[in-house]
Amino acid sequence: MVAENLLEFDVSQNTVPAVIDLQSNDFELFQLTQQADIDIDLLSRRWKELQAMTHPDRFSSQGDKAARIAMQYSIRVNEAYKRLKSPLTRFAYLCELHGAPIDAESNTSMDVEFLSQQMQWREALEDSNSLSDIVVLQNEVDELKVRLSDNCLNAIDQQCDYVSASKIVRSMMFVEKFQHDIDKKIDLLERS
Amino acid sequence: MALLQISEPGQAPNPHERRIAIGIDLGTTHSLVASVRNSIAECLPNEAGEVMIPSAVRYLEGGGRQIGTQALVNRHLDPVNTVVSVKRFMGRGLKDIKNSEDIPLHLIDKPGMLAIKTCHGEKSPVEISAEILATLRYTAQDTFDDDIYGAVITVPAYFDDAQRQATKDAAQLAGLHVLRLINEPTAAAIAYGLENASEGTYAVFDLGGGTFDISILNLTKGVFEVLATGGDSHLGGDDFDHALMSAVLKDQNVIQSLSDSDKAILISQARLVKEQLSTSSDVTFEVQLSGQFIKADITRDYFQSITKPLIDRTIGCVKKALRDASLKVADIKGVVMVGGSTRMPQVQAAVKELFNQEPLINLNPDEVVAIGAAIQAEQLAGNSQGEGLLLLDVIPLSLGIETMGGLVERIVPRNQTIPTAMAQDFTTYKDGQTALSLHVVQGERDMVVDCRSLARFELKGIPPMAAGAARIRVTFTVDADGLLSVEAKELLSEVVAKIEVKPSYGLSDDDIANMLKDGFATAQEDKISRALAEARVDADRLILATQSAMQSDADLLSQDELGKIQDIISKIQNSLQSNDYALIEALTNDLAHQTEHFAAKRMNRGIQKALSGKKLDSL
Repeated sequence: MVAENLLEFDVSQNTVPAVIDLQSNDFELFQLTQQADIDIDLLSRRWKELQAMTHPDRFSSQGDKAARIAMQYSIRVNEAYKRLKSPLTRFAYLCELHGAPIDAESNTSMDVEFLSQQMQWREALEDSNSLSDIVVLQNEVDELKVRLSDNCLNAIDQQCDYVSASKIVRSMMFVEKFQHDIDKKIDLLERS
Repeated sequence: MALLQISEPGQAPNPHERRIAIGIDLGTTHSLVASVRNSIAECLPNEAGEVMIPSAVRYLEGGGRQIGTQALVNRHLDPVNTVVSVKRFMGRGLKDIKNSEDIPLHLIDKPGMLAIKTCHGEKSPVEISAEILATLRYTAQDTFDDDIYGAVITVPAYFDDAQRQATKDAAQLAGLHVLRLINEPTAAAIAYGLENASEGTYAVFDLGGGTFDISILNLTKGVFEVLATGGDSHLGGDDFDHALMSAVLKDQNVIQSLSDSDKAILISQARLVKEQLSTSSDVTFEVQLSGQFIKADITRDYFQSITKPLIDRTIGCVKKALRDASLKVADIKGVVMVGGSTRMPQVQAAVKELFNQEPLINLNPDEVVAIGAAIQAEQLAGNSQGEGLLLLDVIPLSLGIETMGGLVERIVPRNQTIPTAMAQDFTTYKDGQTALSLHVVQGERDMVVDCRSLARFELKGIPPMAAGAARIRVTFTVDADGLLSVEAKELLSEVVAKIEVKPSYGLSDDDIANMLKDGFATAQEDKISRALAEARVDADRLILATQSAMQSDADLLSQDELGKIQDIISKIQNSLQSNDYALIEALTNDLAHQTEHFAAKRMNRGIQKALSGKKLDSL
C-alpha cells in the first residue's frame, strides 16, 4: 500500500539529517518511540504540527510549484499518520519492520475456534432484520476487538514475539472485514 | 515558484503588497461573493445593493443575457431560456437527472455532461455557471476598483470528482484564478468557529437549494479537521418544492399535460408556499395555469407529512457520517445549521431530536459559507499575518479502478484526509500482454456499473512477459482541492502512463482557451499587458523569496549552486526592463527549478527545528 517515489527531488544527499524522507519510518517521522502502545493524543498533535508546516495551503501564495512540492510532504505525513493511528495497521507495520510480514494472502492458517466463531457471526448478521439484533452482535465484536488488540500489544511490547503478533493481526483483519459488513448492513436497514 | 518559506507560512513575501482575494458560494438557487475588508469578512453587495443573487441566467432572443434577479423577472414567459438550478447539472449526464420531464428546460443528452438548448444555441452547465461567476467577479472588481488576485470557490462536500472539475472549469472560464475549492460545510465551520472561538467536535448540517452535506469536524486552535463527511448531491430545497408541486397536482387531479410555462409557474408557487410555511401554519397554493385554475389549502402538517421521506434521508446520512467518524451523538458539542432550507421548522426539529440539543442558528445560514470562503481566500493569498488557520479536509467518496468481472478495487477509501497518495500493485493476466487499460471510478458500491466512471486510460509498451510476471503499480493522488490524478507504472521496465482525471466530458484546456478567446469573461481586459504585469510580479516575488532564503540558509547550498542561482537572478533582473513576458516567465521558471532542491532542504530543516522545539514541551 505504500506509495514509493513520491518525492520528485533527491533528499538523500542532504547535509542536515532529513526528518521527512522516504527512508525514515513512520515512528521517526512523528518522533515517537517505536512500539505498539503509543499516545494517540500526542500522535494527533504531532500530525497537526507537521501539517501546519507542510500543507500546500501554507505555500499557495508562493505559487503552484511551491504548493506542489509541499503537497508531496503533506501526503507523506498523512500516510504515516493514517498507518499509526489505527491499531491494526500500526501493529502490522511493526511486525513488518521486525521481519514478520503479515502476508495475509499467502498465509491463511487460522485458529479453528476463531474461524467457527466468524462463521457464526456471519450467519447471525445475515439473519438479523433489525438494528437491535445488530447491537447485540456489535457488542460481541467490540469485545473481541479489545481482546485481540490487548493480546497483540502484549506480544509486541512485552514478549517481542512478532510471529505471534502477526498471527493476531491476521485475526484482526478478519474482524475488521466483518465490521465493514456490519456497517453495510446498518446502512441497508436504515435506508429501508 | 519552488521556494518554500518556512519561517513565515502563509505570508506574502512583500507585506506591503495586498492581493484582493474573494470567496464565492456558487449555490443551486443563490450565489454570493465575500471578501475580507479592514480585517472583517463580509458579503459584497452588487450595484443594486443585493448580497445574494439568484443563480439564474436568461438568454435573450436577439442577443444579450440577464443574470440574477433580472433573469427571473420574466421566467414564466420565457422558461426555456431562463436557466435556474444549473448546479444540479454540473458534471452530470441526462440519465442522472431525476424528474427531468418536470424541468421547463430543453435538456440535451451529450456524452458525459448534458447541455441545455437555448436561443443562443447549446450551452453547457459549465458555461452557464461561468456567467454567474463572472457576474460575481465584476461585483468584487467594482467594489475594490481593482483586479481580483484569486478566489476560493465552495462546492458541496459530497460533490464527486466530475462535479468538482466542472466547477473549477467554470471558474477558469470566468477568468478567475482558483486558489482552492473548499467544501461548503468546512467553509461554514471556519466562519462559525472563528466567530465563536469554538473548540471541540461539531457537526455542520448543510441543506441548500439542491444539495445536502453533513460534515463532522474537530476544531482545535485554528485547525479544522474534518473527521467524516457525507450527504447527497441531489437533495435540497428544490426537492421539497417538487414534492409539494406533485402532491398538489395529484390532489387536484390535474391530468392535462403541462406547458413549460405552467411548470415554471407551479415551481415558483411551490417555493413561495414552502417558504411561507416556515412562519405560517396555513398557506393557500394558488396558480392560473394555461387550461386550469388551481387553488389548494396547504397546512404545515400536510407539507411536513409529504416531505418526511426527504427529512429521513438527511438523518440517514448524518447517522452514517457519525459511524464513519466512530462517534456517538453525545460526542457532538454543537450542530451548525447552514443553507436556506434549514429554515424549515421540520428540519430543525429533526436535527434537535437526533442530537438532543438545539441546533445553532445564530449565523445567517445563507451567508456563512461565502464568509468562510473569504477568510480562507485571504489566507491563501498570503494577506493574513501569523499562523492562521489550517484545513484538513477529506474526500467524500471512495476511488478505485475496475478489475476482472466488473468489480471495483478500492484504492483510496472515503473520508481519507487530503492531500493523499495511495498505491496498489496489479499484474497482467495474459502471456505476452503489452498493454493494460485502466478504468477509474468513484463510489461506494462493489460493482463498476453502480459507480461513477471518471476516466479511462492505457498503459502501453509493457515488455512481453508471462502472465502474472509484470508488476504494475497504480498510484492515485488526490490534491488539496479533492481532485484526482492517476499514474500507472510497470515496475520492472519503468514504463509509465499518467492521467489528470478530467472526466471524459470535461472541457479540455483547449476548449477553455477557445471559449476565453470568444471572450465574454475577459473581454474588457488587455490580456498581454495583464500577462506582462503578472510575470513581473511573479519574478519579483520569487527573487525576493530567494534572497531572503539565502540570507538565512545559505549554508545549505554549495558554492556552485549559489553561483547558478545568483546568475539567474541577475538575468531576470535584466529581463524585467523588457516587455517580453514570455522571457520573464521562462527565466522565473528556471529560477524556480534551480531552487527546488534548496527548498526541499529548507523544508527539512524547518520541520526538524519545529519538532525538536516542540518535543521539550510535550515531554
